[in-house]
Amino acid sequence: MSTKFKILRFDPPKDERPHFQEYIHTPKPGDSMLEVLKGIRDQQDPSISFRYNCRAAVCGSCAMTINGTICLSCKTQFEALKTDVVVIEPLPNLEIIKDLIVDFKPFWEAYNYIMPYLQPEGEAPPKGHCVEEKDMERVYPFITCILCGSCYAACPVVTRDGRYIGPAALAKLYRFAIDPRDKRPWSALAKVDNPAGVWGCDTVFRCNDVCPKDVRPTDGIEGLRRKMVVDRSKHLFGRKK
Amino acid sequence: MVSHDILIVGGGLAGLAAALTSDPKLNVAVLSKVHPIRSHSVAAQGGINAALANSPDAKDDSWEKHAFDTIKGSDYLADQDAVELMCQLAIPTMYELDHWGVPFSRFPGGVIAQRPFGGAAYPRTCYAQDRTGQVLLHTLYEQCVKKGIKFYDELLVTSLVVQDGRCLGLVAYDMGSGEIRSFSAKAVIFGTGGYGRIYKLSTNSYINFGSGIGMAYRAGIPLKDLEFVQFHPTTLYGKNILITEAARGEGGYLVNNKGRRFMEDYTPTAMELAPRDIVSRSITTEILKGNGFENAYVHLDLRHLGREKIEKRLPGIQEICINFYGIDPVDTPIPIQPAQHYSMGGIDVDQDCASPIKGFYAAGECACVSVHGANRLGGNSLLEAIVFGKIAGASASKFINGGGFAGPRDADITAEAKNLNDRFESIRKRDKGHNVYQLLNDLKILMSEKAGIFRDGKQLQEGLDGLAGLREAYKDAYIYGSCTRFCQEFVTLVEFAYMMDLAEAILLGGLKRTESRGSHSRTEFPKRDDVSWLKHTLVSYSDKGPVLTYRTVNVDKYKPQERKY
Repeated sequence: MSTKFKILRFDPPKDERPHFQEYIHTPKPGDSMLEVLKGIRDQQDPSISFRYNCRAAVCGSCAMTINGTICLSCKTQFEALKTDVVVIEPLPNLEIIKDLIVDFKPFWEAYNYIMPYLQPEGEAPPKGHCVEEKDMERVYPFITCILCGSCYAACPVVTRDGRYIGPAALAKLYRFAIDPRDKRPWSALAKVDNPAGVWGCDTVFRCNDVCPKDVRPTDGIEGLRRKMVVDRSKHLFGRKK
Repeated sequence: MVSHDILIVGGGLAGLAAALTSDPKLNVAVLSKVHPIRSHSVAAQGGINAALANSPDAKDDSWEKHAFDTIKGSDYLADQDAVELMCQLAIPTMYELDHWGVPFSRFPGGVIAQRPFGGAAYPRTCYAQDRTGQVLLHTLYEQCVKKGIKFYDELLVTSLVVQDGRCLGLVAYDMGSGEIRSFSAKAVIFGTGGYGRIYKLSTNSYINFGSGIGMAYRAGIPLKDLEFVQFHPTTLYGKNILITEAARGEGGYLVNNKGRRFMEDYTPTAMELAPRDIVSRSITTEILKGNGFENAYVHLDLRHLGREKIEKRLPGIQEICINFYGIDPVDTPIPIQPAQHYSMGGIDVDQDCASPIKGFYAAGECACVSVHGANRLGGNSLLEAIVFGKIAGASASKFINGGGFAGPRDADITAEAKNLNDRFESIRKRDKGHNVYQLLNDLKILMSEKAGIFRDGKQLQEGLDGLAGLREAYKDAYIYGSCTRFCQEFVTLVEFAYMMDLAEAILLGGLKRTESRGSHSRTEFPKRDDVSWLKHTLVSYSDKGPVLTYRTVNVDKYKPQERKY
C-alpha cells in the first residue's frame, strides 16, 4: 500500500534550516524501515543521507526517530507502525550534519572520558584470567550495548545539561567496574562522582525504554552510585587506594 | 596532503589489530568508511578458534590438530605452513584478548569456555554468548582508545597510489566535508573486508562491497583464489541475517519437509557439524529434490535444546528470530537458506601480510595468505583477522624502521586526487544515463545466478558476457542528486567499478578451474583433481584484460586425501 513518508532534510550551510520532504512509496511486505529508506533513496531521491550497515541490529549505525520514537531503523518493521503517514527525523540531542546523519562527537567524548577499557593488574596470566561464569553473567547485560546513541538522544538530562556524560558511557563504566578482571583505581570512578556523572541522572528511565538491545543503563548508573558510596567511605578510612 | 608513517584502511578486527601492534613510536592512523565500531566484524556471532583444550571433551587437543582440521576443511588448498603459524599463535592470542577485556564465556573452574563447531574434531571455539564478533571489535576499539590511535572516520578510500613497485599513499573521499583528500604514507595496510554485497543473498553488511580488494588489483597486486566463495548454510530465510553455526554446535538439527535430519544422507558422522561448503550443498540439494519448504528453505530446529540453553548460549539468535521473523526458536523451528557469507580468496599476500608492492600490506578477509584454501572453517575468520592483522602491523613497522621506505613522492598522490576530482565533476555534470543502484542490482542478480553454490562452465561464461554489458552501461552512470556531502550514490559509483573487477576474477577463475574443490562446485566436474588443480589461481590486472597464472600450494606436512566427515 502506498504510504506518505515525511523525511527531515537539512544540508547546512546550503540550507538555512531543516525542512520536511514528502515521498510516496510502496514498501514491500516484510520491509524494515531501513529497507523503506533505501527504497526511497534508490528509486526516487539518491540525495537523502542516512547511516546504516549491518541491518541486523548489531552495528548501531541507524538509530533515528520514527513517528516520534527513537529506534534502529533496521529493527523497526514498517508494517508494525500502522500509520498512513510516517515521519522520519534524526536523533535528538545531537547536531545534524546532513539529513538523518548527526554528529556523535559529544557521545564519543563521553565514552572516551570514562576510560572505556579493561584495567587489569600486571601481565596476562599464562592460562587466562580465572573468572567464574556467574561473575561474567553480571557483565553480559551491559556488553550487549552497541553504542547506537539512542539512550543519549532520549535522555532529558543531556537535553538540559550539556556537561552530563549520559547513560551509555556510565553503563560502559559499570560494565568494567563489575568485571572481576578490572582493578581500576578509585580515582577512575571518582571522575564521575559528580552531577556531570552518576549524580546527574534523573532516574526517569528514558534510556531503558528506548534501548534497542534491552540494556538497562539506569541499572548501571544506580550500581555505580552504590559502589561509590561504599568506595568513598572505604577511601576516607584509607582502606583503598 | 596529510602524512602518516602507517595508514591502515578499515576499522574492523584486522585493521584495529594492525593499529595495536604497529610500533607506537611511528605515526599511525586508521581510515574507515564508517565509525570503526560499526564495521562488519560486529556481525560475527559464534566464536574464535584456539586449541586451549579447556573442554572436558578436548583434553588432548593441540594446535597441530587445529591445523589439520583447517587444512582438511580447506580441501587441501590452504598453505600448510601458514595454517600452522595461525593455529600456533591462536593460543597466546586468546589469553591476550582475555587480558584486553574480551568477556569470554567461562567453564566451571573459571577457564575460557569452548564449543563444538563445524569440521573441528574437538570443542575448540571460544565465545562470548553468541556476540563474539561484537565483543572482540568493541574490545579492540577500546584498546585503540587507550593507546590514543588516530582515526579518520567516514572516509572512502578511492584509490591506492603505487609507482615503480612502491606504495606511496592513497586518495579518499571525505564524506563529511565532501572533499577529495590526499594521504601520503610510508606503509599502507588494508583490512578492508570482503565483497559479500556483490551477491543478491548475503549475510554481509550493506557496505561490504570489497572495493579495497579491487584497488589492490588495479594497483598491480594479483588476486588469489577469488573463485572460492563461502556460502553459509544457515541464514534467516528472506532476510539472510546470519544464524550462527553455534546453533548447530550447541546441538541444533537441520530438518527437511519430511521431518528428517537429512544430513544423515550426506555426512553421517559429522551430521550437522560438517564444514560449511558441504552443509550448504546438502541443503541446496534437498531443496532441489523437493524436500524444502515452499521450495526455498529448510528448518533449523532448536526446540529440543530448551528455553534455558537457548537464552543462555544463543540469546542473539533468539533476538534476531523474534525481531526479524516474529518467531521464537524456543517454540518454532527457524526457516533457513544458504547465502553468500565470506571470501576465501583475496589480495595475494605472504605470511608477513606483505604484497609484491613495497610498503603495501593486507590482512583479514580482504587478503589471501592462504589459510582457508577452498573452504574456511567456522571460527577461523575472527582468528585470521586478529592474528594476521597483528602480523601486518608488525611487518609494516619493521619495513619502515628497517629503512625500507625510499622517500615521499607527494606529486603522484596529488595527481591521482586531481584525477578523481575531475572524474567526480564530470560525472556530476551528466544529467542522464544509468542509475548506479540499478546497475548494482543487476550485478548482484548476475553473480547469484552464474556463480552460486553450484556452477558450470556455461553459466560462468554467461556471467562473463553479462559483465561485459554492465561495464558498457557503467560508462555513462550518473549521479542524480546535487549533493557533495555524504553522497552515498558517489560512494556506490566508485565502489561499483571495483566490484566489476572482483566479479570478473570470480567468474574467470571459476571458469578455468575444471574441478570441484571446497566451495567451488562445478557440476560437470564433480571430483577434486589434485593432478591438475592443486594450485592457487592468481589473477592480475592488465590493460588488455585479466591475466591468469598459478602457484604451487604448500603441502609439506599433510598429504591430500579424500575429505570425509
